[in-house]
Amino acid sequence: MAATSSRLFRRLAALLGGVLAAGGARAVDLPEDRAEALYHSYTGGGVTANGPALLVRKSVLDKVSLQGSYYVDSVSNASIDVVTTASPYRERRTEYGFSADYAYRDSLITLGTSSSKEPDYTANSVSLDISQESFGGMTTTSLGFTRGTDTVGKHNAPEFADTAKHWQYRFGVTQILTKQWLASANFEAIADDGYLQSPYRVARVFGAAVPERDPRTRSSRALKFRAVGDLGHHDAVHADYRYFWDTWGIKAHTAEFGYSRSFGDAILADSFVRYYTQQHAIFYSDNAQQETTYVSRNRQLSSFNDIGLGAKLAYTVRKVPGRYELKLNGGYEYVRFKFSDFTDIRTGSLYATNASVLQLFVSGTF
Amino acid sequence: MSARRLSIAVVLAGIALLGGCAIEPWVKPYEREQLADPVMKASRGTLADKHVEHVRDVREAARGATGVQGGGCGCN
Repeated sequence: MAATSSRLFRRLAALLGGVLAAGGARAVDLPEDRAEALYHSYTGGGVTANGPALLVRKSVLDKVSLQGSYYVDSVSNASIDVVTTASPYRERRTEYGFSADYAYRDSLITLGTSSSKEPDYTANSVSLDISQESFGGMTTTSLGFTRGTDTVGKHNAPEFADTAKHWQYRFGVTQILTKQWLASANFEAIADDGYLQSPYRVARVFGAAVPERDPRTRSSRALKFRAVGDLGHHDAVHADYRYFWDTWGIKAHTAEFGYSRSFGDAILADSFVRYYTQQHAIFYSDNAQQETTYVSRNRQLSSFNDIGLGAKLAYTVRKVPGRYELKLNGGYEYVRFKFSDFTDIRTGSLYATNASVLQLFVSGTF
Repeated sequence: MSARRLSIAVVLAGIALLGGCAIEPWVKPYEREQLADPVMKASRGTLADKHVEHVRDVREAARGATGVQGGGCGCN
């Protein structure tokens, strides 16, 4: 009897040891070596913003993956704010980014930095992200933090200088539900402190133009859910929903539905529809009828909605399995913005506008 | 079997079973072929994601939780 119980005890101990050992034997993969060359364009509401962007990612010693990027935005602005209160202008924003990913067992640790410059605005940031696979690779948990510091200037006003600081904290979970379905939840909290308005934009108080006055702090939260499922014929559907709220009284909902399908080995097509709606900030006014500490007529803070309809196409030009793959990609989105409390002062009616978002790029993995 | 040894065996068995529940994946790695299909990927390119995020960040008040890593709009 004693011998039997001792054998049972040893077997249970061995079983426990096996289960625990099975949990820790995996390792995450580093992102694939990759290069991208993109031309991007946004046209709408009197604004044209376009330019090239480049990205290269390369792994070193199978433990670290380095990424460098370069992004240019050439902006020609004759938007409704600008044509009704100032003069159209052109400017160029250039951004450099660098990051390093380090794989350790089931974790991927990413350290990144970016620097963006335009004539009257510079923005620098550092970020740290950690993602961890668990439950046999069924769950991926990610945590991230970004610290940003901006310097704000003003054209032809060397005496004007101010700063803004940003803190971003994010948390996400992606879960394999079945052989066909994945779900994810993401949360992000952002805190801003400093000069958060524009030195050029004006508000309207009793019909008169006055410089806008925004609070110097803002704190926001966003929660997003996503589900994506394979339908079984080389096609998939996805649905996203995000709820956003902040200390300026803005509440926003975003919903997106999409369908993707591959045709043979060479073509991959995506289509989506996206709806966004927001409620205005408490200090936003189209034409304020009382004096308040804060006042803004920034239509980004007004009540409005936009609907986007988009499609993407990827064509594999050449693929040598295990060596490299070269793809041509295109994306287009048509967006309709409709404002509920922002008047086009040229016509007296509520403002609405359309926009086109275009992307053409070559991507290669090697 | 003494009561002490029996209780240890029961606790170990419980931990082993619970461990099995928590760690054992119900979708095995070899059953994830459909999940790994490119049609299931949210992103077609890092730069394209960055562009779309920037376009929306400068026009909509909502921001964050998009799943795009890093961040920092760098815009006014």
